[in-house]
Amino acid sequence: MKEREKPVHGDDNPKPREVKRRLKSTKRISRRKRLEFEEVELPLQVAIIGGGVAGMEAASVLTEHRCPVILFEARPELGVNVKNKYKIFPDFSDAGRLVETMTKAMDHPLITVNKDTEIVEIIREPDAYTLLDNKGVPHTVPAVLLASGYEPFDAKRKEELGFGIYEGVINSLQLEDMLREHKVLNSLGEDPRRIVFLQCVGSRDEKVGNHYCSKICCITAVKQAIEVKRQLPDTEVYVFYMDLRLWGQGYEELYREAQEQYSVRFVRGRISEAASTFDGRVQIKSEDTLLGQPLKMVTDLLVLMIGMEASPGTQKLGKTCGLEGPYGFVRSKSPHLEDNLSDKPGFFLAGTCKRPMHIAEAVNDGRAAALEIIKYLRK
Amino acid sequence: MSSNFHPFVLPFTIGTLALFSVLILKYNKWISKFDRQQKKLIRRNLFTGKLIPAVWEMINEGLFHKKVSRYNRRLGYMHRSIALGWFLLISVGFVETVFHFQGRGHAPWIGVFFRFFVRDNQTLSAWIFAQIMDLLLLYILSGVTMAVFKSIFSKTVGMRKTTRLKLFDTSLRYSLWSIFPLRLLSESATAALADNGGFLTQSLGNLMGERFAGVVELPLWTLYSIALGLFLCLLPFSRFSHIFTELMLIYFRKMGLREREKPTGFTRFELSACSRCGICIDNCPLDSELNITDIQPVYLIRDIRNRMPHRNATENCLMCNRCESDCPVGIQISEIRRQERDKKKLDTHDNYGYIEDVQSFNAIGRVIYFGGCMSHLTPGITESMKKIFDTVGQKYWMMDEERTICCGRPLLQQGFFNQAAELRRKNTQLIMESRSKTLVTSCPICYQSFRKEYNLPIKVVHHTEYIVTMLRLGKLRLNRSELRLAYHDPCELGRGCGIYDEPREVLSALGQLLKLEQEYKNSLCCGYNLGNTVLELDQQLKVRDASLRNLTDSHPDVIATACPLCKKAFQHSTTQPIKDVAELVVENLR
Ligand SMILES: Cc1cc2nc3c(=O)[nH]c(=O)nc-3n(C[C@H](O)[C@H](O)[C@H](O)COP(=O)(O)OP(=O)(O)OC[C@H]3O[C@@H](n4cnc5c(N)ncnc54)[C@H](O)[C@@H]3O)c2cc1C
Ligand code: SF4
Repeated sequence: MKEREKPVHGDDNPKPREVKRRLKSTKRISRRKRLEFEEVELPLQVAIIGGGVAGMEAASVLTEHRCPVILFEARPELGVNVKNKYKIFPDFSDAGRLVETMTKAMDHPLITVNKDTEIVEIIREPDAYTLLDNKGVPHTVPAVLLASGYEPFDAKRKEELGFGIYEGVINSLQLEDMLREHKVLNSLGEDPRRIVFLQCVGSRDEKVGNHYCSKICCITAVKQAIEVKRQLPDTEVYVFYMDLRLWGQGYEELYREAQEQYSVRFVRGRISEAASTFDGRVQIKSEDTLLGQPLKMVTDLLVLMIGMEASPGTQKLGKTCGLEGPYGFVRSKSPHLEDNLSDKPGFFLAGTCKRPMHIAEAVNDGRAAALEIIKYLRK
Repeated sequence: MSSNFHPFVLPFTIGTLALFSVLILKYNKWISKFDRQQKKLIRRNLFTGKLIPAVWEMINEGLFHKKVSRYNRRLGYMHRSIALGWFLLISVGFVETVFHFQGRGHAPWIGVFFRFFVRDNQTLSAWIFAQIMDLLLLYILSGVTMAVFKSIFSKTVGMRKTTRLKLFDTSLRYSLWSIFPLRLLSESATAALADNGGFLTQSLGNLMGERFAGVVELPLWTLYSIALGLFLCLLPFSRFSHIFTELMLIYFRKMGLREREKPTGFTRFELSACSRCGICIDNCPLDSELNITDIQPVYLIRDIRNRMPHRNATENCLMCNRCESDCPVGIQISEIRRQERDKKKLDTHDNYGYIEDVQSFNAIGRVIYFGGCMSHLTPGITESMKKIFDTVGQKYWMMDEERTICCGRPLLQQGFFNQAAELRRKNTQLIMESRSKTLVTSCPICYQSFRKEYNLPIKVVHHTEYIVTMLRLGKLRLNRSELRLAYHDPCELGRGCGIYDEPREVLSALGQLLKLEQEYKNSLCCGYNLGNTVLELDQQLKVRDASLRNLTDSHPDVIATACPLCKKAFQHSTTQPIKDVAELVVENLR
């Protein structure tokens, strides 16, 4: 992160002294509670980078505390990384509806939402931060929340699995689309006779440099297997795993259900390579490590359960701010009591920019960060 | 003084005799250990025209050190001034002696101690000889000075590190260094007394003064002779034996001798021809990226030569051949390393039962396409090749589509000679039975194997060669764009098989090829080379990252390569597009 000592001059840019003055005035007001916020000319107080579920939840909580927010989202829509799912674990509730509810809350007089606006640089001022967006516009604020989230792993990097080469090889997000459309079809447009899921694609893989577990893909596979079976009861479903990590409440029960009610078959083994067959299906080579036998199987669809990596925004901003943690995620001040703080005062963190999380965790984390920010601004 | 003898010549004379007897004995022993094929080659080629180019190369390398100079000019000068200078000193000394004695008999050592024994001639010719000899001495001294400096501050000749030397070698080196200064001093002392010196020795002699010279002359000549004698005695047991062995090696090589699967007498020659210049250390990625400093060829060769343990040095090597490509002596170090890896004890035939029932296919009129095990992990490459065959209307048989039999080279590189031979036998059978005339492979490892380790009577080409041919024939047409391409030379394809231009020709036809800091034979190994089974993954990744840095420095749009392993290596670490030449061709078909 660039540190700026001297004040900057410019029309759009309030001078740091000015920021401080405005800041003081709000503090005074908030303490004495004499006036309504809306009645005072307010500086834009908190900038949130990333309009995912974590960022949106933080924005809601901040406005509840009458703190104005400017939210930046690089994409044309909010909450895309959740909206691209159909039903979400553990309760098969509708992802679109969840995002819709949260997006609606952003329609608030104290929230300015800037879509299509990517923050490309952060400059540290005395007592403030200036964010530069992709249009070159600076925004100076006293506090920043980084909620720039994750990016699904690009399975092309595991070329041996044939993603992007064989039509029958898809990733878990493409399967979500198929499930939403109720069109889970093989590459010839027919109902698949068999579907194979492969876990840990891009996670727990030292070859691609990601040693960590993405946490959400085991349960996602169980969830998707059940959904497939509900839509296509005659399709055989296999799940290839290294070990199943069903750690959350209700996860283990779903796993049982998948086996008992839906006859989903779980095989312990990694798939070493995939190839296409003459009839457009996919042949996989693996080993059943419980039986100790090599295994070859032909399937209509091979679904790669892709993990979570730090999003490009997270990686880039983490680097420029000196908060780069393992695998390109950002590093919080400490994992227990200061997980929303960074070692820069006024700079806060929330959601999957820190590590893989599921939605509830990310939402809670955004909420917690908002409270930390309020604490900071009141000081 | 007309006497022909003085006791001080004894050390030198004994040294010379010892040197040549030991060398003759040694060489004789090694030659007797050549294998049958090597002996046959020698018998056939001993007295043919091969001698002339051999002598030419001996002069170039033994005296002028051309290859060293090409690598590093200062290092070249150092080697050349000592080798060429000394050679000329001996030759001119010989001519001078013959000229002086005009056919009258003289003792063989006179040439070496000429000024001491012949001190009464003041003719013009003698004066000229004296000047020439001084000039040569000066030339050598400049090289010796550089060598001394090199060992103190290894920077002077441009080498990063000199090789660590044994005590024995160190003392030998000091004796070599002292020979020429001693010669200078002794001749100067004699010049002071007899006025027979050249511009250098005479001036130094005049500085000494007659009285002082009279006292030191004999001790100095004695020391000179001792230094010479000591050096010559120790020489055949030391690294300096490379001076003579390299000449023999050049001759053998010209006769067609090469390393074999098992070590032979020829290997002894190669080992002893290493001059320990240390160029291989500079070139080794294990040294530059991982700070592993005991496995490079100089050390391996030293340890084999001295019968020291060298398991680690043998195994811990990527076999990327970056050392071999710059070795001024041209030692086949990777072959030697492989011989040392011989794993007879672990070598069984048992594991290969399954290959027997793999069937061939009647492929008359088709090319055989062999993807290789590694291309099975990069289906993008094999799919592209299939598309290319279809585009040019070439029928093919993908030999390893269903059941893969490895080409055998990865096993061979690890020293499993019998197993590799088993696989080669089966593959050869399949290829011969198919009756196809061309084999196209996508993996440079298989390519090198089919070309060098198999004895196939059919044409073997790498897919980049195949594509170039199709482009030249106009069967493939490409769209050219402004795509910025950085090409990575795979070790096995470039240094291994000399295929540098074909992939570049293809790439230039579809985009803009960027110049890289390290390319062609200096290309950096991607780290995934199958030659090494010892390195930890994180170490491999460091090697890879260095290689990747070299590629991304020029900010290409796409990194291109022609090897599935290199592709995988880079793919794992970056989201930047990494593509095989074949894939780029398919994407840019017109
Ligand atoms: C295949 C898959 C299935 C999943 N299924 C479930 C499920 O069923 N249930 C569940 O609970 N969880 C699920 N998850 C996890 C869930 O998607 C995440 O927990 C959640 O999206 C995290 O939200 P976030 O706000 O932290 O990050 P994100 O949703 O990634 O939001 C970050 C936002 O920041 C934006 N951004 C990034 N950089 C910048 C920048 N520089 N400037 C401006 N904006 C920027 C991005 O565009 C993005 O919109 C799944 C994940 C995957 C990969
Ligand atoms: S959650 Fe399961 S599939 Fe995902 S990385 Fe962890 S163990 Fe692998």
